[in-house]
Amino acid sequence: MTNSLKGFSRRNVLKGGLAGIVATGVAPVFFTRGAYAQEFCNAPTGDTVTLGLNMPLTGAYADEGADQQRAYELAIEHLNGGGDGGMVPTFSSKTLTGNGILGKKVAFVTGDDQTKADAGRDSARRMIERDGAVMITGASSSAVAIAEQALCQEMGVIYMAGLTHSNDTTGKDKKRYGFRHFFNAYQSGIALGPVLGEAYGKDRVAYHLTADYTWGWTQEESMIQATEALGWKTLTPVRTPVGAGDFSQYITPFLNSGADVLVLNHYGFDGVNSITQAVQFGLRDRQANGKNVEIVLPLVSDLMAKGAGEAIRGVYGTANWDWQLTDEASKAFTKSFGAKYGQPPSQIAQTSYVQVLLYADAVERAGTFYPPEVIKALEGYEFDGLGNGPTLYRAEDHQCFKDVYVVKGKEAPANPYDLLEVVGTASRESVTYDPAIFGGELGPDTPAAC
Amino acid sequence: MEAILAQLLNGLDKGGAYALIALGLTLVFGTLGVVNFAHGALFMLGAFCAVTFRQLITLESVVVDPTQTTAWGTPLEVRTPLAQQWFGDFGSVLIDYSVPLSILLAIPVMLIIGIVMERGLIKHFYKRPHAEQILVTFGLAIVLQEIVKSIFGPNPISQPMPTALRGAADIGSWIGLGPGVLTYPWWRLTYFLFSIGVLAAVFAFLRFTTFGMVVRAGMADRETVGLLGIDIDRRFTIMFGLAAVVAGLAGVMYTPLVPPNYHLGMDFLVLSFVVVVVGGMGSLPGAVAAGFLLGILQSFASMNEVKQIIPGIDQIIIYATAVVILLVRPRGLLGRRGVMEG
Repeated sequence: MTNSLKGFSRRNVLKGGLAGIVATGVAPVFFTRGAYAQEFCNAPTGDTVTLGLNMPLTGAYADEGADQQRAYELAIEHLNGGGDGGMVPTFSSKTLTGNGILGKKVAFVTGDDQTKADAGRDSARRMIERDGAVMITGASSSAVAIAEQALCQEMGVIYMAGLTHSNDTTGKDKKRYGFRHFFNAYQSGIALGPVLGEAYGKDRVAYHLTADYTWGWTQEESMIQATEALGWKTLTPVRTPVGAGDFSQYITPFLNSGADVLVLNHYGFDGVNSITQAVQFGLRDRQANGKNVEIVLPLVSDLMAKGAGEAIRGVYGTANWDWQLTDEASKAFTKSFGAKYGQPPSQIAQTSYVQVLLYADAVERAGTFYPPEVIKALEGYEFDGLGNGPTLYRAEDHQCFKDVYVVKGKEAPANPYDLLEVVGTASRESVTYDPAIFGGELGPDTPAAC
Repeated sequence: MEAILAQLLNGLDKGGAYALIALGLTLVFGTLGVVNFAHGALFMLGAFCAVTFRQLITLESVVVDPTQTTAWGTPLEVRTPLAQQWFGDFGSVLIDYSVPLSILLAIPVMLIIGIVMERGLIKHFYKRPHAEQILVTFGLAIVLQEIVKSIFGPNPISQPMPTALRGAADIGSWIGLGPGVLTYPWWRLTYFLFSIGVLAAVFAFLRFTTFGMVVRAGMADRETVGLLGIDIDRRFTIMFGLAAVVAGLAGVMYTPLVPPNYHLGMDFLVLSFVVVVVGGMGSLPGAVAAGFLLGILQSFASMNEVKQIIPGIDQIIIYATAVVILLVRPRGLLGRRGVMEG
């Protein structure tokens, strides 16, 4: 009699079964272990998680950097359950409970980007490689932000940009690992154009002084586009070095140029110096082409207004946020910041604070620090209650879309901080644009082991 | 025409600052033979004399007003400068004119700093090679700027100019071009006139006083003056102090134009050396002439018409001019034979 069940001995069945268990149970774990164990750059292992705060503590934008640091430290205090919570209670997402991020206490390291791209990149690299930062946030200059964003893409670390207003940050230089809450130059142009047309008329000749780097170029381009659509003419723009200090040699040619509007595409101390010096040259009292000469500062902040003093009065610009906004979130943030530091927060403080909260919330919603999952949680995320009204983190370019504010230097300030007033709001719909117009590729979300 | 005049005026006020810094630098080199890389730091220290003076004169009394609150819910602090409380309107005038008044503080402070610097450190390097002098004075400059940074912070500190000098002078109507055609800020005109005044005072001091005559003699032949029984070293120490005062005064009056920060000295250091080299090492008239020349050239190079022909020329004009002048006249415009030539 032949054995028809040849090979099916008890021993063989046991062997085969064991092999089957190994094949179906263990092998997939082997091949997908990267996904489950989530090996990625600076994966937090202890009971703390470290964030890298990289700000300009020296250089042309150092004033902004100091306020940025205050806001970051306040946000981390609130994440860890300290203080009054600021905008945590007003935030539409309710994942943040004051218990750190995913139960880990939030720690931080700081760096000085010196308002220079190479120094910012070095500082960010140091925080990732030496200090174990799982996320980098900061910059007040677009050149710095773009450099840090590119580094973070290489190293697989999330980058939550601070104040960067160049179209390139979420345009041609956008990155999968980079996210920007702040608005951009294109949106400034859309918001400011109609207000300038209303205030100064359609028949104007503009003279641009432009900071000679990515932000200045894109702001100049966006402002020319917006004002020429009104009917204004533009003389050949003049590029000025960042941190020039004395802009007088660039202002004197304006006096006899035939222009009647001086557009200062400057920020930080450069903006303070150029507008102050322009006013010293008597531009406010001059007439050209039968009209009063006007000065426009397309991107303006409270810190600049404070530095410029009387020179800012009556000058139009745009802002991401203002501490005198009356929504509950803005009031809560101003109260929290003012109680801790004795002064109201600037727009850079708000955007920096919000970026830290948004990152923490994205991690909580993703349930992991694993960057590809955090990126997914941020892409296309709709939120509210952080001071800017309903806001979208657009998936296609990682740019936030929300209302943009048109502000004007207050003629009669009631107190030393009452410097700008919101005179108009461009709706989120009006400042939304096709992401294709600025080109660029986000790139892959592949994690790295730094 | 008006555009050219405006750029010329701008060049003159820039040149005034360059000439004042370069004058002190070349004075130290001509008398002591020291290449002083800390000279820019003296300009910066002068600027911070103005900052200190204003901080002192605007010391405030703080009264908490419980009936008013800030936007963040804390009681409002009402701040009033003590000078206003004590002296009324005169106190307000003192605050308004804090920058020119701070000259009174800057002169003794800078004189002491200059003398201490020379006696305490630089005199030990008289007979050392220029390279060592450069290293030690550059190191000193870094130490001084870090001290200022630790006291005053890294950010620029605005210094308001007096209210009466905040507008622009209608120069066009003075010279028959018509009202409003050519205007220029009062403070910049003041700075130019101030620099001319200081330059004239220094030249007059060296030319018409016995002290100045001895110093000039010492610059020409130090040994012979010493053999005549004159303590030339003491006079040269005073000249170092004088150079520090000149740099300091230039810094004081510059503060309303560009808010000073700790890095101000370094920003001017390289520039002032180029001015000295172009003018001729050790030549006082050369430094002044080169200061104004380079200020005017830089101003004209910043005009858009010029930048369209040669992009970026405004950033390199000073250095390009230095290269050309040194090729044509290796000793600079008014340089003397034998200075820094082994």
